[in-house]
Order: sequence, then structure tokens, then C-alpha cells
Amino acid sequence: MISLLVNGRAVAVDDDPGTPLLYVLRGTLQLNGAKFGCGLGQCGACTVMVDDAAVFSCQTPIADIAGRRVTTVEGLGTRQHPGVMQQAFIDEQAAQCGYCIAGMIMRAQALVGRSASPTDDEIRAALEPNLCRCGTHSRILNAVRRAVRARQAAKADAASSVGARGG
Amino acid sequence: MIVSFALGPLSARAQRRRRGADAALPGSLGSSPMLDSWLRIDARGITVFTGKAELGQGIQTALIQLVAEELAVEPAAITLVAADTARTPNEGYTAGSHSMQDSGTAIMNAAAQAREILLGIAAERLRQERARLQAERGAVVAPDGRRIAYASLVSDRTLHVSAEPGSPLGDPAHRRVMGRSWPRIDIPAKVLGEAVFIQDLRPVGMVHARVVRPPSYEARLRSVDDASVLRLPGVLAVVRDGSYLAVAAQREYQAIIAMEALARAARWEEKGSLPQQSRLFEELAEWPSRNVPVAARDAADGVHGSHGGRTLEAEYRRGYLMHGSIGPSCAIALFDRGALTVWTHSQGVYPLRNALAELSGLPAQRVRCIQVEGSGCYGHNGADDAAADATIIALKLPGRPVRVQWMRSDEHLWEPYGPAMLARVRGTLDERGNIARWEYQVSSNTHSTRPGGARALMPSWFLERRLGPSAPEPIPLPAGGGDRNALPLYRIADLKVNYRFIPPMPLRVSALRSLGAHLNVFAIESFLDELARAGRVDPIDLRVRHLDDPRAVAVIRTAAERFGWRKYRRLDGRGKGFAFARYKNLAAYLAAAIEVSVDRSDGTVRVLRVVAAVDSGEAVNPDGIRNQIEGGILQALSWSLFESVKFDRMHITSRDWASYPILHFKDVPRSIEVEVLNRPGHPFLGTGEAAQGPAAAALANAVADAVQVRIRELPLTADRIRAAMTPSIALSLGAKDGSNARV
Repeated sequence: MISLLVNGRAVAVDDDPGTPLLYVLRGTLQLNGAKFGCGLGQCGACTVMVDDAAVFSCQTPIADIAGRRVTTVEGLGTRQHPGVMQQAFIDEQAAQCGYCIAGMIMRAQALVGRSASPTDDEIRAALEPNLCRCGTHSRILNAVRRAVRARQAAKADAASSVGARGG
Repeated sequence: MIVSFALGPLSARAQRRRRGADAALPGSLGSSPMLDSWLRIDARGITVFTGKAELGQGIQTALIQLVAEELAVEPAAITLVAADTARTPNEGYTAGSHSMQDSGTAIMNAAAQAREILLGIAAERLRQERARLQAERGAVVAPDGRRIAYASLVSDRTLHVSAEPGSPLGDPAHRRVMGRSWPRIDIPAKVLGEAVFIQDLRPVGMVHARVVRPPSYEARLRSVDDASVLRLPGVLAVVRDGSYLAVAAQREYQAIIAMEALARAARWEEKGSLPQQSRLFEELAEWPSRNVPVAARDAADGVHGSHGGRTLEAEYRRGYLMHGSIGPSCAIALFDRGALTVWTHSQGVYPLRNALAELSGLPAQRVRCIQVEGSGCYGHNGADDAAADATIIALKLPGRPVRVQWMRSDEHLWEPYGPAMLARVRGTLDERGNIARWEYQVSSNTHSTRPGGARALMPSWFLERRLGPSAPEPIPLPAGGGDRNALPLYRIADLKVNYRFIPPMPLRVSALRSLGAHLNVFAIESFLDELARAGRVDPIDLRVRHLDDPRAVAVIRTAAERFGWRKYRRLDGRGKGFAFARYKNLAAYLAAAIEVSVDRSDGTVRVLRVVAAVDSGEAVNPDGIRNQIEGGILQALSWSLFESVKFDRMHITSRDWASYPILHFKDVPRSIEVEVLNRPGHPFLGTGEAAQGPAAAALANAVADAVQVRIRELPLTADRIRAAMTPSIALSLGAKDGSNARV
């Protein structure tokens, strides 16, 4: 048995230790977010976060990540409370077929986790490993920009309310 | 004399539809006339049934908007059921940008008729004049405030009546839901990671299967020693039938490990059957063919070749293109008590049902196909074949739902490609710089090998009871296949257009988004620019001068203005390009302007910005149209900048994203602007494929404007552009045919 921490929940799985995380997420844990696209680390449809970094779950054997934090798109929000990044994708209508979108969101989530105000070029560079075939790229870029702005606004609000209390 | 093969019958039908009062039933009501096959109203709400599938184009949201408009309810009150042979009308394929024209028109008219029926029943119940009643928020309301909910007005049989033509449609001047960019109903589930896709279905007892594909089209399985595979963890069965080889296991990754072991254990006999790629277009010009006349018009004066102006000739080419879905094909089949149920992302559940019935030997009534969303397909990809795989394996494992997931190389190597194409055009300008004469010939395979029967399902080619591919046929005009959009919309008095239809298909081919329109519009619109340059006239002026249709002119003027065509100031290495087409000459109008920069040192193209204007008739969901056009533009830029399937004499060698590169984020233009010209009250015009040709041509025209080289072969790779800019390199690369040239 290998212990994983997926979306904040500790789970023990009996899959072979060499099994890539993707198949454990989709099969054993019945999560839908990470998608099979190529199995080769070429398209990013399977992107999830391990600790704070975006990884190709199709290239990550579970033996390598025992005990580490795994976050899938399901871990970012719910119908009632979508995550900031998810809401930004909804607001920008940034999907066509939507198959690549969960991977895009996770790639972008890792970016905003390490950089509070990424430039346009940094957003493009971060998303570069992920492919979209419907041509939704410009909406995806707009969604990430929107999420960055929303996070900054939320932070500013928090800071000013702290300031107000302090004053 | 004027002989037009392309436009006559359709425009008459289109007009009939527009009047709506004719005997013909609108849209797909013609083939499925009962109202309750489209619409049901009961205590649970309103359910709409469509035979058209959600492919990521947002069709479900647009169809719901139509019903919400005509029945005066909120979109949230409507449930949609799509593409299920046990529940929905047979609307053939979700293809050809027909969903709004066929299903949308049917559903809108069905909803309008249902509203009239409800008002009639309510008038009797309330003893009110019908004209004084209003349909409002799911109820009929009387002037005195009394209201009866729709559900209380209907019985099971109320809508079990035949559709009638001429139901009064809502007033286009007072739209409530149509014409608004309603958020797509499917997007939240997709960003939240809910179960949406066929890949997300997990019926109880499901097992995972993988297919070991032959290494090449003609390969035959000589032997396989599966003993070691059967001992692997989780393996349930190895399926062998002739040269068809597959394995089923409990868990998905176990199936993959077993598939890899089985592939190692298999011995194949191969023979080469593919053309020499470096000579593809020379070979294509020589392949046996039959001529399909598209259009022929003689000038009234009967005078040929004496127009006094210049004659230009050119040849345009594209290689084989992949659909390249990001999610490889997938299907689940369950064979239980003599009945087969197949969950599929096919574009046509009814045609697939017939093909699977033939494949399995079951009567069609014992086969049910249910469409579930897959990754975007952009035409005939591996979806139907995966359904055949699941069927073949499920028949050997009765009672177990069998899920087949194609691997990346399955999709890359075995999907039917968009065919390679070749177009030759000769045009003459008269002394005033107008186009006096036009001769055009396009060569290609068929653009549809869809099922059809079981033969169209690739897995059947390898069974013991082997079914070879079916004989190809051209798709008839006006839609056309290889000749789709081969006839320019421009007014040219002396014109001849022919399609060299090539039956032999050394590479597997079928319908790819826009079919022949991609190459034909690329060729026509590139050549228009070449003529404009020869005649020293602005390329937009040349187009407008030859167009009679004001809607065509409107999209051209809109795109040109939004782009800033007239006031454009060229920086070194930059250029602007323009193109226009009306998809199939009968669907959406689209004009595109593109600005590029070309690096003179290495030939790399960067697309800086794109402006497009589109007229889709009445726009039900303008943002949905924008999303489709933006996507179509980016996909066409990917095809036209990067893509061509690679092969040697035996094997397809484009087996993954490294060997078949597509557009990445670094290649995406800084801005893509799409202006939707809404035409309330006008018929819906298919939109999903309208951008493919114009985007390709506008790109090539912009490159020609930037660095003065005309690239006539797609893709416009950096190597090709660099070679064209440097004649010595062009010679060494063997560009002897002049398909790319300095201008």
C-alpha cells in the first residue's frame, strides 16, 4: 500500500508502485480532473500539482510521491464555491471541448502560487507544455490574467481591511 | 450559356425555409415530424431532444436558448437529451456545420408550435380569447392574472402531433434569450472536474481493454505467444481474431502493461504501400482519377483567351492533416442478454448503430448507441473505430462493460487524415484589371469514409472475416467534399471548375473540419492576391469588385475597417493579408485580416494579430460564435504553419506530438478579434468550419506581403519560407515546380 495525500485527504492505494499517478487518480480514486492525453509528457492534459509544482501525472510513478501533497482540479473548488482560477475560466468562457482545461487550470494554479503578478510572457511560458486543439488559447490566457487580477484584488482587500482594523 | 452545378437547388430551398409558410417542414422536422420526438413537457420541466452531439462547439446551450425564447421560459428550466438511438431523433451526423441549420431550426419551430398548442388549450380552460393570453415564465397567463403552468396543460399525448409548417416564430425585434451570449451550460462541470467525458464513465464491473495495432496498414499477424501475457497481473483475456489483437484487464494500467507485452510477443508480416513523401504531389497528379464537373460558365460573347490582360497560373498544395484530438478515442460497450449498448463520442449514433449491427451480426434493434462527450474531434477521427474495438472485445466478455481507450499512437497512426490536396488555377485579367477568365482544378481523395457499414470501421479490416475498406465516393454538391468551396463566390463570366476525384487511398482519409474548403479557399484567396498584385489593385478592392452579395461585402468591409487595412503602415519584415469565403457558398460568411512578422534570418513566421468578421445569419449565442471562430482561426493557423503527416514507404512516422508538432502558446497571436454581424430573423448559417480556409489564405497573403515570397504549399514552415527567400537554397531543396516563388 502506498499513502498519498490527495486534495487534502489521506488515502492508501494498493496499485503497483510503478503505476503512474494518472491511473491511480482516475481509476482507484475515481477522480476526473486529470486526463489521459498522450502518456508521454507531451500534452499536459494530465497536469496536477505535487506539493506546489505542476507535474505530468502520466509520468509520475506513485512510488515517487508517497506522502506528498497532490492537488487535482477537484481540489480547487466546488459548484457552490469554485476556486478563483476555475471561476476565471467560467467568466472568460475559456473552453470549447474542455478536455485540456483541467490541465491548463492546474498549470496556471502552480504559476500563480509561485508568482503573484506574472507578466504576459511568463503566463505563456508557464502554459507552454500544455496543448489545446480547439484553439481556445487566447481565452485561456485571458482567464489566467483575470485570475491573477482577482487574486491581487482579494489580497488588496484583505490588506486594507487589516489596515482598517489596525487603524 | 450558364451551367451552374453548385448553387441552383439549394438557394431555392433556403428561400422556402426562410418564408416558413411553405409545405416543407423546417430543418430536421422533415425527417422526424412528431413534436414529442423533439420536446416534452411534464411536471419535471421541459426536455428537449436533439440528434446532434455536443462536440465542444456549445450546441447544447444554443439549442436551449431557442426553446427558452419560443416557449418563454428560463434556460435553466430546460433539460437537453442528445444523440441516443433509444431516445432522440435520427439527425445523421453532427457534421458539416449543420447543427443550427437542421436541429436548431427544427427545435425552434417545434417549440413555437408547442407554445401555440399550449395557448389554445389554455384559452379553452380559461374561457378566454386566445389572443389575450400570454406565454410567460413557463405558464399561460390571462389578462386578469390567472395563470396555468404548462405542465398542467399537457397530457402525454398533447405534443404527440405532427409538426406543421408556418408556426409563428417569436418577433426577431424582441428577443429575450436569443442573440445573447448565454454562458455555456457545459463549462462549469468541465472546469470543476466533474464526470463529463466518456473517459469519466465508470459502470459497475467495468474492465479496461487495449488494442495491439498492426505496425502498418497492410500488416498481417503471423503469430503471437500470449501465454506470458495471460499470466500478468489483472489480465482477464487476450482477444485474437485474424490479425486483430487486444487484451482486457481489471485495471487500466494493467491493461497498458499487458498491451506492451502483447505487442512484444506479436510477429507481423508487413508490406510497403505508401507513396514516396518527397514526390507526393507529383504522384497525386498521376493517380487514377475521375472528373467531377463543379461549374462551367461561358462568357456571353463566347470569346476566349483574348481578354487582352495578363494570364497567371499557379499550383497550391497541402499534405495530409490530422484531427489530433487531445484525448485519444474511447468507447465502452456492454454485451448483455443478446443486446449491445455502446457509449461513444461518435458524431453519428444512428449510422454507427447500423455499422455495429453489421459488425456484430446483431439486428439493429438490439444495438443502442449513446453519445457521451469526448475530446474535440473536428471531424471523423477514431471515435467510431473505438466503438468497434469495444464491441469486438465486449462480444467476447459478455456481461462486462468493456472500456477501450486508444493510446496516443493509436490516434496518430490510425485516425483517418484530412486528404492531401492539389489545386491548379489559371486566371486572366482583362485590360481594366478585372478577372475575365478562371480555370480551376482540384485533386484529392474522398473527404468522407464515415460509416457507412462495418467496412468503414477500421478494426474490421483485420478480423478473420476480413472486411476491406469500402469503395470511396465523392460527396455530392452543393456541399461537396474535395470540391467544397472550389467554386469562387466571385462574379467571373468565363469560368471552369473541375474536381479530379482520386479513388485510391494509400493513407486512410476522411472528413476533417471544412473538408476541401481549407485548401480550395487557400488556393482561391491566395491566387486572388496574386492577381491583385499583377493588376496593381488593392486585394480587397479586387474582391469587392467581383462580389454581388451585400452580406459578403459587409463582412469584408467590417474586417478591413476593424483591422485598419487602409491606414496600415508596414514595418520592415511585417505584412498584412486578407481573405474571404462563404463556407460551402451557402453557410456563414467570413472575412479575416492577419498581420505577421517574418524573421528574414530564419524564415520564422509570427502571427501578430487577427481580425475576423462573420455573418452566421441570426446569431443565437454571439460569444459561442466568437469562440468557434477564434478556435477555427487558431486551428487553421496550426495546420497552415506546422502540420503535415509524415510517412515512409511502409509506416506513418507521425506517431506523437513530437513527430507531429502543432501550435503552442508561444505561437498564439497577441490579439484575435471576431466581430459577429447579427442578422435577427434570418436563417441560421453553419459557422463551425467557416474560418479554416480564410485563416490559411490570409496567413499566406500576409507572409507574401511581408517578405515578398509566395508560398503555395502548406504548411508555411520556416524552412520553406527561408528557402523561398534564398533562391540558391530553393534549388538545392528541389523546388523545381515553382510552387513557391519570389513575387
